[in-house]
Amino acid sequence: MSDVQSDVTRFLERLAERRAERAANGPEPTWIAARRQAGAARFEALGFPTRRDEAWKYTDVRAIARGEFGLAQDAEFSKASAAALTLPIDAHRLTFVDGVFAPALSQLDDLPTGVHLLPLSQALAENHEAVGGPLGRLTGVEFSPFSALNTAFMEEGAVLRLAPGCVVEKPIILQFLSRNGSQPVMSHPRILIEAGGRSEARVIEHHVGEQEAANFTNLVEEIMLDRGAILTHYKLQEAPIADLHVASIHVEQARDAHYTSFNLNLGGGLVRNDLISELNGQGATANFYGLFYGQGRQHVDNHTLANHNAPLTFSNENYKGILDDRAHGVFNGKVVVKRDSQKIEGYQSNANLLLSDRAEIDAKPELEIYADDVKCSHGTTTGQLDADAVFALRTRGIDEQTARGLLTLAFAGEVLEEVDLDAIAERVELAVAGKLPERFNLAGLVEAAVALGDE
Amino acid sequence: MASQEMEQLVRRDYKEGFVTDIESETVPPGLDESTIAFISNKKGEPEWMLEWRLKAYHQWLKMKTPSWAHLDYPPIDYQSISYYSAPKRDEDRPQSLDEVDPKLLETYEKLGIPLHERAALAGVAVDAVFDSVSVTTTFKDKLHEAGVIFCSISEAIRDYPELIKQYLGTVVPVADNYFAALNSAVFTDGSFVFVPEGVTCPMELSTYFRINAANTGQFERTLIICEKRAQVSYLEGCTAPMRDENQLHAAVVELVALEDAYIKYSTVQNWYPGDEDGKGGIYNFVTKRGDCRGDRSRISWTQVETGSAITWKYPSCVLRGRDSIGEFYSVAVTNGRQQADTGTKMIHIGEGTRSSIISKGISAGRSNQSYRGLVKIGPRAKGARNFTQCDSLLIGDTCGAHTFPYQEIGNSTATVEHEATTSKIGEDQLFYCQSRGISEEDAVSMIVNGFCKDVFQELPMEFAVEAEALLSVTLEGAVG
Amino acid sequence: MLEVKDLHVTVEGSEILKGLSLTINAGEVHAIMGPNGAGKSTLSAVIAGKEGYEVTSGSITFEGKDVLEMEVEERALAGMLLGFQYPVEIPGVKNIYLLKAALNAKRAANGQDDIPAPEFMKLIKDKIAQMKMDSSFLQRAVNEGFSGGEKKRNEILQMLVLEPKLAMLDEIDSGLDIDAMRVVADGVNSLRDQDRAILLVTHYQRLLDYIVPDRVHVLVDGRIVKSGDAELAKQLESRGYDWVVEESAA
Repeated sequence: MSDVQSDVTRFLERLAERRAERAANGPEPTWIAARRQAGAARFEALGFPTRRDEAWKYTDVRAIARGEFGLAQDAEFSKASAAALTLPIDAHRLTFVDGVFAPALSQLDDLPTGVHLLPLSQALAENHEAVGGPLGRLTGVEFSPFSALNTAFMEEGAVLRLAPGCVVEKPIILQFLSRNGSQPVMSHPRILIEAGGRSEARVIEHHVGEQEAANFTNLVEEIMLDRGAILTHYKLQEAPIADLHVASIHVEQARDAHYTSFNLNLGGGLVRNDLISELNGQGATANFYGLFYGQGRQHVDNHTLANHNAPLTFSNENYKGILDDRAHGVFNGKVVVKRDSQKIEGYQSNANLLLSDRAEIDAKPELEIYADDVKCSHGTTTGQLDADAVFALRTRGIDEQTARGLLTLAFAGEVLEEVDLDAIAERVELAVAGKLPERFNLAGLVEAAVALGDE
Repeated sequence: MASQEMEQLVRRDYKEGFVTDIESETVPPGLDESTIAFISNKKGEPEWMLEWRLKAYHQWLKMKTPSWAHLDYPPIDYQSISYYSAPKRDEDRPQSLDEVDPKLLETYEKLGIPLHERAALAGVAVDAVFDSVSVTTTFKDKLHEAGVIFCSISEAIRDYPELIKQYLGTVVPVADNYFAALNSAVFTDGSFVFVPEGVTCPMELSTYFRINAANTGQFERTLIICEKRAQVSYLEGCTAPMRDENQLHAAVVELVALEDAYIKYSTVQNWYPGDEDGKGGIYNFVTKRGDCRGDRSRISWTQVETGSAITWKYPSCVLRGRDSIGEFYSVAVTNGRQQADTGTKMIHIGEGTRSSIISKGISAGRSNQSYRGLVKIGPRAKGARNFTQCDSLLIGDTCGAHTFPYQEIGNSTATVEHEATTSKIGEDQLFYCQSRGISEEDAVSMIVNGFCKDVFQELPMEFAVEAEALLSVTLEGAVG
Repeated sequence: MLEVKDLHVTVEGSEILKGLSLTINAGEVHAIMGPNGAGKSTLSAVIAGKEGYEVTSGSITFEGKDVLEMEVEERALAGMLLGFQYPVEIPGVKNIYLLKAALNAKRAANGQDDIPAPEFMKLIKDKIAQMKMDSSFLQRAVNEGFSGGEKKRNEILQMLVLEPKLAMLDEIDSGLDIDAMRVVADGVNSLRDQDRAILLVTHYQRLLDYIVPDRVHVLVDGRIVKSGDAELAKQLESRGYDWVVEESAA
């Protein structure tokens, strides 16, 4: 066992170094220093979670705790390789390289009226008081050791503000590039989204990077949706296979606000997502869609929580997992209905497929209900493809393995059907088809079908 | 609706609430090595048994009370509990019903369980436990003829030491959990059943447990072994008198099924749940586990849990043998301030193992109830299957119903399905019943009974009737 | 082409086919008719290789090969294609995937390369138009949310694309309105060819007004009790099945 205390100390030393560097750049608002201090103190007190902590029962974070991570000093990235990694979607875009803002790789010049999209550092420099209120309101340092650590380091990230009634036509991409450097680095980005009443936007958070990179991203997101706001949030996680990724996403929904999350996890060696929505006003609706595909020794842990704090709120969840080789998947979905939150509906569904006997899935769908006039259900299945469907495909001359491949792809397709951005749905479908074992003989099929669809 | 049930519906107080005045020989509260030596000595146990107990005690000292359950109760002071009490005339215990203390028989009458009648009519052998010592065992002869051993665990330790050494603590190891370790150190009585190879036990075996003397925790230990192709159905039912102090109950039940054996274990539990404020109810921390050791063996748990202030109980199956089967059928009803955290664990180790879990939870009043279950499919459990159905019914807006299922799946050929729903009694259902002239309370009782049907049909006949009646009693005052 | 000899089949312990014999030559259209429960659907299911059907005796050969020894997909690749009475819904599997994978499997079996994309698209568009279907259906999941008529059209579309030697159509007319019936029948008729055989399984004579069979067989209680030409179907329509049953019992 590693010395737990020295792990914590190593991160705190890095923090002290960073504090000294920042101090050299001149004074900062006292509130932010105080919050970082609170984060550091909390992290020091908690230490890294272990598998004895219920929330981390199936996920071992020692790969993070024992890591020697530096902090990136610049955002240099070749334009050509960045272009190859960037989603081919006409969008407004903020790019970060190992957590450092990269203006050259961003696209901010045609922002419509009512849309404020800027890096956190700039938002703090321009008007730190406007940031101080919302920042940290949904994710306190109490949430987890990682949120405390993020708070201790927070200085960069993305701020998106939508004026009331503002409908953003183009998607907004928040791109996080991971770089292959001489030493692994860590970043602690912070995303803050404030959507005014009846505003509407699609945000694509894209994690991707150079193949050989092995960095640690510790992300915290706070998303506040005012009355009637509609936000679709794609988290497309295609990080390099050795990347370590921890994210907590905290959403607050006022009356009639709609939040739809697509949590699409394909990359990363160790991935942990916490997605929490507070449904605070009548008519608030949260949709959680998730897909995770693990191969090799990938570990993907998805925790979701829908807190029904008000009557007439709705949550709907559908997560699908496919695990091959020695991959390990975790699904922990929870619906909590507070006392007096009557007439709510909360549905949860999770289905998993294991493609190998060394793969493992741990699923825990939870309901915690303190009101009686509710409709809540959850279903979880881990198992086998539909035998009738396999037969039907074989009667068309398709061999059994290809039939199984098609049905496995279809299994993922049920989540992708909900995706309204074709570019994302096709990209993920292609990626899944490419990852499926060779025995399924799907090579070329999906590409051809996508090309046909484009015709 | 049966008039008997109607009558029970009308009653408001805890039906089984009374105290029998029998002098008990009780050790002073407190727990240390000398308490354990005292118990072991009282039971006339051999030296190795005392050592076993002391080993468990030392393990227990190193352990912590589990805190993961969705339960809220003040810390238990284990030094304020008395660990042994026995009816005074311990030395010349009655050998048949005729010899039983009439006062005790009277107690059973009050409970509505006319023991001799019941035993004769239903052909049930009853090993009745009054406090901590077996008082009587009937039908021993008939069982003896079949080769079935059915006696108290204390007798078994004296008379069948080899079987005890071979099996005790092999399903629930002494350090399995906090309460199991405590039980292993201080258990005072319980049942022992041994069904030899090829024998189907000629009657259903039944034990009624009671907790009596004030401040006495009861630590039952039950061990049931079915050899190859043997079968037994075991019934356990519990009642307890009204009391102000909380009473601790930490039983351990171990089942061992060898090749092609079948053990069916049914429980109806209606211990005192406490008064309106939850005061005085029983704390029930039980470890029940069955080991399907042999190929094609089968263990089935059926439970109806209506009592206790706190229930912490997860009857489980370890499916080791090829094609072995584990089943768990549960109805849990909580009302008032009751808290229950109950469910099961199905551990699939062998190939082709199957398990099914049907859990029905009904919460009313200010109670809280959780289903907590684990389905684990090991890497060698090829083709293993589990189906879980877990439904909660809420009555009123001040109770809580929670579901915490864990699934750990490590084999690609396994199929694991879990479904859960939470709902309330439909107003249209209630209206329909009421428009037919049925009172609201009866309508609720009817609907709840329907909700639990899948589980009740797993119970032996006489238990099913009792269970339905219990349900009505437990839900009294839950509506209107 | 297809030879079924003295076929006995049991399903879950009860015997459904009790010595059925049938020979179909290339270029012929055969119709099997019979009352409910006679075993009509069992025959095509056994030929296609559905699980749960136990052949206790008898044989099925297709172009001289033992069908019962073949895997499900081998039968399809050999040229036997079953049109389901109740086409299976396969959520998430797009029709275009199914068609392309099946067509390429057939081509591979014939030693051909995968079909080039433009050629495939042209082929599909032609066939879709022929079946009066909307091209958007290609991106929809196989049979999911399809109406009864759409499902049956889809079965025929697959036949048109995969061009089997023996097309077996199980109750292809059930659940169709008159317009859909015409489209389906036209599709089937376009499959008629001197090298191809078609086996229709149907309860009603109505379909045979549109697809005129060369041979009609009456299946009662697991055996073919009477065979004839298209005229026999008309007799069945006006007189019902009872007289055949009586005649065969006599």
